Amino acid sequence: MPATENTQRILISGDEAVSLAALHSGVALGAGYPGTPSTEILETFAERGGRAQWCPNEKVALEVAIGASFAGARAIATMKHVGLNVAADPLFTVAYTGVSGALIIISADDPGLASSQNEQDNRRYAVAAGVPMFEPADSQEAYDFLREAVAFSEKWKTPVLFRVTTRVCHAKTLVTPRPPDPAVPAPAYTKDIRSRVMVPAFAKPAHLRLRKTLADIAAWNNTSALNRLIPGGKSLGIIASGIAFAHAREAAPSASFLKLGLTHPLPEQLITDFVKSVDRAIVIEEGDPFLADAIRALGLNVESKPPMFRFGELNVNRVRRILANDTSPEPLPPPGKPPGLCEGCGHRAVFETLRDLGCVVSGDIGCYTLGVLPPFGAVDTCVCMGASIGVALGMRHVLPPEKSAKIVSVIGDSTFMHSGLTGLVEMIYNPPQNGHTVIILDNSTTAMTGHQENPGTGRNLLHDPTGRVVFENLIRGLGINDVHIIDPRPGDPALGELITSCLGNGRLNVIIARRPCILAAARIREYDRRNAARAAATCPCEHTPDTQP
Amino acid sequence: MNPKVINVVIGGLGGQGVIRASDVLADAAVRAGFDVKKSELHGMSQRGGSVSSDVRFGPQVLSPMVPAGEADFLVILAEDQVETNRHVLKPGGDLLTPSQIPLDKLPVKKGLNVALLGKLSLKLPQIAPEHWRAALKACFPEKLHASNEKTFALGRGE
Repeated sequence: MPATENTQRILISGDEAVSLAALHSGVALGAGYPGTPSTEILETFAERGGRAQWCPNEKVALEVAIGASFAGARAIATMKHVGLNVAADPLFTVAYTGVSGALIIISADDPGLASSQNEQDNRRYAVAAGVPMFEPADSQEAYDFLREAVAFSEKWKTPVLFRVTTRVCHAKTLVTPRPPDPAVPAPAYTKDIRSRVMVPAFAKPAHLRLRKTLADIAAWNNTSALNRLIPGGKSLGIIASGIAFAHAREAAPSASFLKLGLTHPLPEQLITDFVKSVDRAIVIEEGDPFLADAIRALGLNVESKPPMFRFGELNVNRVRRILANDTSPEPLPPPGKPPGLCEGCGHRAVFETLRDLGCVVSGDIGCYTLGVLPPFGAVDTCVCMGASIGVALGMRHVLPPEKSAKIVSVIGDSTFMHSGLTGLVEMIYNPPQNGHTVIILDNSTTAMTGHQENPGTGRNLLHDPTGRVVFENLIRGLGINDVHIIDPRPGDPALGELITSCLGNGRLNVIIARRPCILAAARIREYDRRNAARAAATCPCEHTPDTQP
Repeated sequence: MNPKVINVVIGGLGGQGVIRASDVLADAAVRAGFDVKKSELHGMSQRGGSVSSDVRFGPQVLSPMVPAGEADFLVILAEDQVETNRHVLKPGGDLLTPSQIPLDKLPVKKGLNVALLGKLSLKLPQIAPEHWRAALKACFPEKLHASNEKTFALGRGE
């Protein structure tokens, strides 16, 4: 749905609202790695003319955004909740260094695991790293808070953790945008070694500065407009943040509300006054009892939800149950039809072969995790991005050779770029006695999240040509000689023969099973045609970039 | 529950145009001047699995999700998805299914979502036909506008 960029109300998702706000706030660079439910932020930012890029992984994305901020520009880094685990290393220390241009780290959490391997609550990161946290509840707040966060980040010289969840990211609600920031400072680097170089001598005072800043923000937060008091009846007071606020307002329309927008550091006085103003105070929050524990630690008597509501998303009916302290078993909705690997997907032939060979498959994150489902049942482990290689190596190290002979690692192209390289290095450095075989499922796109580009495709976020990492060259360059490229055609015995020969040769093997995603193949051909035509138009003498080695 | 809020759930399978249908309904409701919220789960649902999308509109909508048992309308694009979604419907709520559409008369095979929206539009007099038609134009590429007009009219029994 085309959203007009004037100040009329528009129906957009939280992700789109974030990107529109970033554009209106003069954000110079958006960097991220695709991940549901965050992916559309950078895509729509780029569609609207913002400069955005997919990075190999979230750590690199955050580092790039930090660099932009150090250089005085406004930057956002986007990722799903588990992506922040990957980016945690820079996160914890950029809290010490502080920022020049605004730096907003957007963490899109997935309570209820719509499309994730866990339902971690990233609000914990705000406390652990010492980073202020904004939690919008709908698209309008996503827009307003992002713009506030930019000003806040530059005022306090701190990165901001912008925590959204599935129902904020993907729900569409009405937004009335504001005029764009009129003057955005031009990027400029100012040398500031003591703030930017985190050696112990400089990091110790930086930590003191950080805690002082957080204390100042906590005091400021007591009167911040980011939190809202909604007066209602005195008998019930609800403290809520994010999407839980919307459910709670519907479930208890006559209650008083303290709706928190800046949830770290907490506005202690504001909360204390609210709790004391009502007969019964209860925290309604999705996921961990994050607010409830913190508020109880202040010595305040607030109720928290029963433990069963820690799991899954909240909704209006669940909030009604929480308010009624109803812990009777919840009715389970009938199971829907599970997703599956598409008809014609190249992964199918691979998993059929692995199943028929009786392989133990150390799997990874992507569409191909669906190889776990019938009729394949051919994924044995799946932990996190890139784990397919390390986990398989660990199994091979401890199992006797006859038990480990059929262990293979299976990893997708985008996941390989994200976190597979260090696994391959480990395989070379600490090779199992009987060798190992890694299968890269190269479908030439980041399919699971909606067909984003990655460094292996040779196209950037906007599908324009850019540098390409050629897997086979890279892997041979690392020192692995047994690199095989195969088209996994259905019914072709060649794939099974190749895998069998690799598993039996006792060496380190990488098989690249290369077949474009069936859903993306036509689009990929179209990008290549378009890019070739453009290249021919600008310089007819030059060859267009190779898409095949 | 705010009785003035109309709750619609559209359900089907990945690739059937469930989300697009809910986009059209939401867009039409905005054009008719309502507060609107719409929500669904993306991600895994793209791989042929069950998909459903919630659209709510009225003077003021709070949660973006239709509470189970409170949908005024349940629009289903695949017959085998009726039982998966029936629990969202309120007692006496209205169920719309492909069997209510003359499928052999669809101008395009993929037009079931638009035809069912036509059927739904008859039951939502608070959204004028011109808002529906404008929403259909806004949510689909131009090459589909003419056939969508016909499909929508077919759903309306016109």
